[in-house]
Amino acid sequence: MPDIKVTPLGAGQDVGRSCLLLSMGGKNIMLDCGMHMGYNDERRFPDFSYIADGPITAFIDCVIISHFHLDHCGALPFMSEMIGYSGPIYMTHPTKAIAPILLEDMRKVSVEKKGEQNFFTSQMIKDCMKKVVAVTLHQSVMVDTDIEIKAYYAGHVLGAAMFWIKVGNQSVVYTGDYNMTPDRHLGAAWIDKCRPDLLISESTYATTIRDSKRCREKDFLKKVHECVDRGGKVLIPVFALGRAQELCILLETYWERMNLKAPIYFALGLTEKANNYYKMFITWTNQKIRKTFVQRNMFDFKHIKAFDRQYIDNPGPMVVFATPGMLHAGLSLQIFKKWAPNENNMIIMPGFCVQGTVGHKILNGAKKVEFENRQVVEVKMAVEYMSFSAHADAKGIMQLIQHCEPRNVLLVHGEAAKMQFLKEKIQQEFSIECFNPANGETSVISTPVKIPIDVSLPLLKAEAKKFSSLAPDPKRRRTLHGVLVMKENSTCLMDVDEACKEAGISRHVVRFTSTVQMTDAGPSLTTAHKLQMLLKEKLPLSSVIFSEGEISVETVLVKVEGDDDDDQKSVYVSWTNQDEELGSQILNVITNIKQF
Amino acid sequence: MKLYCLSNDPNKPCHILTFREITMMLDCGLSMQSLLNFLPLSFVPSNKLMNLPNWMPSDTTDPDLEGELKENGDRVFVDSPPEFCPPLDKLIDFSRVDVILISNYLCMMALPFITEGTGFKGRVYATEPTLQIGRLLLEELVVYIEQCPKSSFASQWKNFVHKCPYPLNESFKPKSWRQIYNMKDVNASLSRIQMVGYNEKIDVYGALQVIPASSGLCLGSANWVISTEHEKVVYLSGSSTLTTHPRPMDHQSLKNADVLIMTDLTQTPISNPDSMLGVLCVVVGLTLRGGGNVLIPCYPTGVVYDLFECLSGKMAELGVSNCPMFFVSPVADISLAYSNILAEWLSSVKQNKVYVPDEPFPHAMLVKNNKLKHFKHIYSDGFSTDFQEPCVVFCGHPSLRYGDVVQFIELWGNNPRNCIVFTEPDFDYIEALAPYQPLQIKVAHCAIDTSLNFTQANKLIKDLKPKTLVVPECYTQPPVSAPNLTELVIGTHAESSVIPYKWGEVINLPLKRKQGQVYFEPNVAQKIIPVEVKPGISLSTVTGTLNVKDNVHNIQDFSSESKTDKLVKYEWGTLNITEFMQKLSQEGVTDGKVESLGGVVVIHLQDEDALIQLEDNSTHVVCNADENLRTKIRNIVMQCLKKF
Ligand SMILES: [Zn+2]
Repeated sequence: MPDIKVTPLGAGQDVGRSCLLLSMGGKNIMLDCGMHMGYNDERRFPDFSYIADGPITAFIDCVIISHFHLDHCGALPFMSEMIGYSGPIYMTHPTKAIAPILLEDMRKVSVEKKGEQNFFTSQMIKDCMKKVVAVTLHQSVMVDTDIEIKAYYAGHVLGAAMFWIKVGNQSVVYTGDYNMTPDRHLGAAWIDKCRPDLLISESTYATTIRDSKRCREKDFLKKVHECVDRGGKVLIPVFALGRAQELCILLETYWERMNLKAPIYFALGLTEKANNYYKMFITWTNQKIRKTFVQRNMFDFKHIKAFDRQYIDNPGPMVVFATPGMLHAGLSLQIFKKWAPNENNMIIMPGFCVQGTVGHKILNGAKKVEFENRQVVEVKMAVEYMSFSAHADAKGIMQLIQHCEPRNVLLVHGEAAKMQFLKEKIQQEFSIECFNPANGETSVISTPVKIPIDVSLPLLKAEAKKFSSLAPDPKRRRTLHGVLVMKENSTCLMDVDEACKEAGISRHVVRFTSTVQMTDAGPSLTTAHKLQMLLKEKLPLSSVIFSEGEISVETVLVKVEGDDDDDQKSVYVSWTNQDEELGSQILNVITNIKQF
Repeated sequence: MKLYCLSNDPNKPCHILTFREITMMLDCGLSMQSLLNFLPLSFVPSNKLMNLPNWMPSDTTDPDLEGELKENGDRVFVDSPPEFCPPLDKLIDFSRVDVILISNYLCMMALPFITEGTGFKGRVYATEPTLQIGRLLLEELVVYIEQCPKSSFASQWKNFVHKCPYPLNESFKPKSWRQIYNMKDVNASLSRIQMVGYNEKIDVYGALQVIPASSGLCLGSANWVISTEHEKVVYLSGSSTLTTHPRPMDHQSLKNADVLIMTDLTQTPISNPDSMLGVLCVVVGLTLRGGGNVLIPCYPTGVVYDLFECLSGKMAELGVSNCPMFFVSPVADISLAYSNILAEWLSSVKQNKVYVPDEPFPHAMLVKNNKLKHFKHIYSDGFSTDFQEPCVVFCGHPSLRYGDVVQFIELWGNNPRNCIVFTEPDFDYIEALAPYQPLQIKVAHCAIDTSLNFTQANKLIKDLKPKTLVVPECYTQPPVSAPNLTELVIGTHAESSVIPYKWGEVINLPLKRKQGQVYFEPNVAQKIIPVEVKPGISLSTVTGTLNVKDNVHNIQDFSSESKTDKLVKYEWGTLNITEFMQKLSQEGVTDGKVESLGGVVVIHLQDEDALIQLEDNSTHVVCNADENLRTKIRNIVMQCLKKF
């Protein structure tokens, strides 16, 4: 099967709910299994009925999760325990450690706070995680005898990985979310020149070329500083792990340097635990943190304290980090409702918000937000968007393409219009096909198939020897000619004599020798030289060699006989049946000589 | 394929393997046995060591030798900064080495000798823990030696070795011994290492693929699988099948090799590590309860992690948990910290702890509870205030020739209530103690070596089924220490032939590659027309354009414009003469005169002035320039022969 097929069940021309089906070489692989944070109904999870009605184990060979963000793994327990999947699930060690915590967090918010029905249970999260096989960066993992996978560093969040997947001779790279510039605690994504048939890349920031990181950081600190100076409260909605750690490092050092006194709170029991993960998986952070971790742990914060719900109404300035990051539920939303009506306050959204969330609404300038219970909240506080989200921008995506040299690109996890722009850019700059299927739409990527065949070394060596003996000529093509011996369990290309021996048969060599009588005075050697010149002229592409009185044109032999004082000369032309074309051509040339 | 052996110590291996034009170094272990011939380095001048009498060979009065050798008991020691025996550099120019593969952090101490100042330009591969922990060992060694500078370097003694008493007279190639490298060389050398993960496929100049496979011995330890499409060589270095803290050994990827090179087996073939650990716990318990101190000379990583865990439990059981453990090494803090961030390289039991998240090793907790205290040196801030007796001290170096252990022997050596316990198997404990004798301190020998023993190694070979097994010669004979224990050898194996090697040898390994690999493009494959020449065997000629890139051979279809786009076929079998004559006459050639001469049949066509010579495996048509005739005969010959 020379085609690779990709069907997004989520994240096709869309952000959120990443879930792709990849088919190649007769294998089906699910890439990510995310949920959409903007919905409370069945649109929350990917539509698995596309695969099958009922359990999907029989239709999916393996599931690969790129990182712990819920829009990439949030539907995993639903898929494995409620739809039914008992095959292997692959993810990196940090993802395996952190994903179940975020899943449990989200489950609690959904079931206990919002009273949602038909949601997965804590036990289901545990059962799901038992199916997980943890992988290490660059380790080559054989899923079965045909599927090989390998993880590459993706930056983005702790443990995020890009996956290279190979079935037979076809290969695909799936990036998940990634960033190409190092930040305060993570390194930049890296991949080698693996030349996949297809690169499936996220394109969240497909049209943005982000300004320098330093400027954005300065801007962020200035705004926070101004707000607390005027006695305002700053709310920063974050996810517990990821951006939160980076912003904490940033504020911690700034508070220290500027000697600020306003309290910074981190509203989560998870903080210490979260930081513990960062400590233990420090090998996944960037070089600087790795180098200094023995002396000073970057994740022990002096100025940042645990938040208590009662502090919401405290007077005076403060900075609060609260989850979740898109203001769609939980504490961050609760604080927002309280603080939004005061124009002294400020909310800083440090990441992308999916459609349907409160975060998305206020970022689009909504001055009033209405809630389920008809409660209306006026938004007077300053709303700031700071793109700290570690996704690759257009430049980064182009860089990645340049690094791994794919034959085709497929864009997911981005908005349709922006994707279109990037798609054209990619096609222009790299002259390669670029796809961006919508959800439920299948992109078919045809790939050249190469068939590996064993070859006898003497055959290869003979060719190499012949090739290197010729004068270098960039236009000259190398030719390999041999006989393929096909047996029940083996196939091997070899030289004809070797092949006959291997097959146990004897070759029958058919040779022709034709004699041309011609008149040419002088020694026969002179005649031979004249013939050689003539053949060289008539057959410019063939090698014409004169040695030991004989002319060889490739493997056709030409010989002149006759006494030096006799005008009559006999010219013998001899060739095997394999050289019939060349042999008869030479014979024709010589027969038609009237005069030298 | 050739194997060069550059180290005389199978536990500190260093080999060169040449294979497909690639020169590969397998490990670069540094033999440290030479250390035992030197006086200990003490950073606090030791009266005892300083006052040892000079020694001179009885018939020598060379003034240059004066003061170089000191005597204690029946042993003679060199009074000089210690020297090391680096890998043999005469067989191969290190600048020619393309790749160095490092198996574990115990097998890389010679790396700066190989890569610095030799013109080395190759690549070095090691796992992340091997690099990080190896760095600790190299740095510790340099700090230990540099902190005790000696004013003079002894060198004359090397000319009088033969006149010295045992064991100095038997020291191995002392003239090749060298001073230790410096920190600059260590850093330069380590910066060349490229970190790799287990089962990562690493391409070596397009000629070979190498893959590290977990070897179960220590954090990040690996065996190496070196392969092409058709050949597989396995280099098995320090490995363990016991369950301790590292990831278990990966057997699967080592199977069915053409060549298995096996080295670095246990140094304690007679004792078993579990019972040794048991003895150790008893000794520590007894000593502490009797009010004595325990001194455990050790490396700053490895088994010591298991000792912390095991001893702390045992001490609580024996009611001596109020006695602290001290871990003194210039790299103690880093070693403890690193061990707890390398979860991906640990056994699954330890690995699962980080998902909670808990530290994989309990020593972080022991440090937090003040049960285990670590210091860079005994003169570091806080040590004297924290120091309390009785206690257990872990410190280096196991040779007792440098490091803080020298001071502890001074401090505790004359009290019989104290006990020194030897757990590292690298050095003979009697030789290690020799310069300090006489001592009152009790001595316990509980060497814990988790490397493969001979039973395990033989079982493994049976399981892996290599075609050829290559081992150090010493493994084919019973150990020198136990010549009667003939089972302590690598035995004969029905499916593998054994080739022994020794120091300084270059051996040819039987690996004759017969096949390579090419890739056909689909349209090349489509043109294949198999002809069955025998049941189950089909042949087809193939011709295509060859493209070679990074050693990958692609066969593409000739483009249509090419004049060489023709299908070459081969004839086979014998030609039936009766059938041939019949067909000739059908075509109007009836004047053929058949003559048989030996195995050759000659057909004369007198009218046409042509001659056809037939043999079993050949046909020769000789005629004048009449192409009509020749073509006619050719067609008939072709009709009478089978083709593929
Ligand atoms: Zn993400």
